[in-house]
Amino acid sequence: MPVLVRIPTPLRRVTNGAGEVHAKGSDIAELIEDLERQFPGLRERLVEDSGELRRFINVYVNQEDVRFLAGRGTALKDGDEVSIVPAIAGGR
Amino acid sequence: MVPTVKVRGLKCRECGRGYPAAPLHVCEFCFGPLEVDYHYEALRKLVTRDRIAAGPPSIWRYKDLLPVDGDPAVGHHAGFTPLVRARNLAEELGVRELYVKNDSVCHPTWSFKDRVVAVALTKAKEFGFDTVACASTGNLANSVAAHAAEARLRSFIFIPADLEQGKIVGTLVYAPVLVAVEGTYDEVNRLCSEVADKYRWAFVNINIRPYYSEGSKTYGYEIAEQFGWRAPAQIVVPCAAGSLITKIWKALKELSALGLIDTVKTRMYAAQAAGCGPIVTMIKERSEMLVPVRPNTVAKSLAMGNPADGVYAYRVVTESGGAAEHATDEEILDAMALLARTEGIFTETAGGVTLAAAKKLIEQGSISRDEPIVICITGNGLKTVEVLGSRLAETVRIRPSLSAFDRALADLKTLTQA
Repeated sequence: MPVLVRIPTPLRRVTNGAGEVHAKGSDIAELIEDLERQFPGLRERLVEDSGELRRFINVYVNQEDVRFLAGRGTALKDGDEVSIVPAIAGGR
Repeated sequence: MVPTVKVRGLKCRECGRGYPAAPLHVCEFCFGPLEVDYHYEALRKLVTRDRIAAGPPSIWRYKDLLPVDGDPAVGHHAGFTPLVRARNLAEELGVRELYVKNDSVCHPTWSFKDRVVAVALTKAKEFGFDTVACASTGNLANSVAAHAAEARLRSFIFIPADLEQGKIVGTLVYAPVLVAVEGTYDEVNRLCSEVADKYRWAFVNINIRPYYSEGSKTYGYEIAEQFGWRAPAQIVVPCAAGSLITKIWKALKELSALGLIDTVKTRMYAAQAAGCGPIVTMIKERSEMLVPVRPNTVAKSLAMGNPADGVYAYRVVTESGGAAEHATDEEILDAMALLARTEGIFTETAGGVTLAAAKKLIEQGSISRDEPIVICITGNGLKTVEVLGSRLAETVRIRPSLSAFDRALADLKTLTQA
């Protein structure tokens, strides 16, 4: 199930400069494994040792934050768009 | 930049990676926030109670524990605000020992932001910046503009265009460039990240944030020193981003680690408005999962729907064995009036949130009536005069004659006896 994945600027070094890549997976966890196969080193930027998504990485499936869906278990289908966005730590 | 004896560099709070002491705020690896890392072993030999007591009556008596290399460039009189023993309020709340840490009189702009800005702008000058900036909804704007004027730095203050008049005047008077952005605070903040990247200005709450936020520790150091070099049993702190409560805790732990006070047994309590309380919600539900909200509260200075330090604030409260409460708008205004009526202290809405939450926590038994309590006040009431309208007593209006006054006084006496 090919899915479009948008890669933020700080992570493009790992994807050979690509800002948009395609990957496969029935859910976010599988997608991350596929991304790691294509671009070794990408997984550890996205998930902690425990397998949980890093706190300051936001992942959206079709504009929805997966933390409000099923997290790493969020299901994916053909044509879905996944965006990886570093959280902006702001102040007041 | 050669590390000084006290600062080792910056360190990521999430993954622990180290960075030099430069104007950086985000970990390149995991995007976590960076924090100043000190040479605590060296500081242990240097910092003593006497050394601090010999310092100036300002935040700078704690300079050894602040991330600046040289002398303060600006904000020489920030901090060292009164820790007020609040006997009248204590009696009314039915508690034995109550204190108010009163930053409503912080110099020069009447809020605790003067602490963090004094540090931020001193550091900005050390880094060689000639322009400083911030995104703000009030207290920070006032403080950055004022300190930039004193430091002779150019300043750009970004605010949402619909900000209250008092806060606009309270910023413009210092002659910054005030940029009113037609958007929400979150949009202003996002824009500022982009501006910071492009123009290489010192944004106190973005690229200077790790240094800026250390200034809040002085609020905690002062509480301990003024309480007789002891950490009080219970401290109630208002939360916007959640930074202040984490820095007060850090301050107490540092003093203990340096041997200046005993083991810290303080319980930290978080206070937020019911209309914007995501940190309190996490604590009540015992969940590290922060659910952002859309702010809807009279307490605009605490209106951060997605608090950057929310998880860290949650951990401080749970680690210390504290608790948290929400305050409704009604309770906030009542509390502002209560503090003024009992102790003669006029605080802005954030202070109302803190006192209202404390009152509820006392009534619930989460805060003990028999152990000392410190209520943290962070800003001055004159900044938000509009909100109190309904809570204020009626003015007694008379014609200019003695008999008119006598009649009015008699009416008053009847009213108060009724």
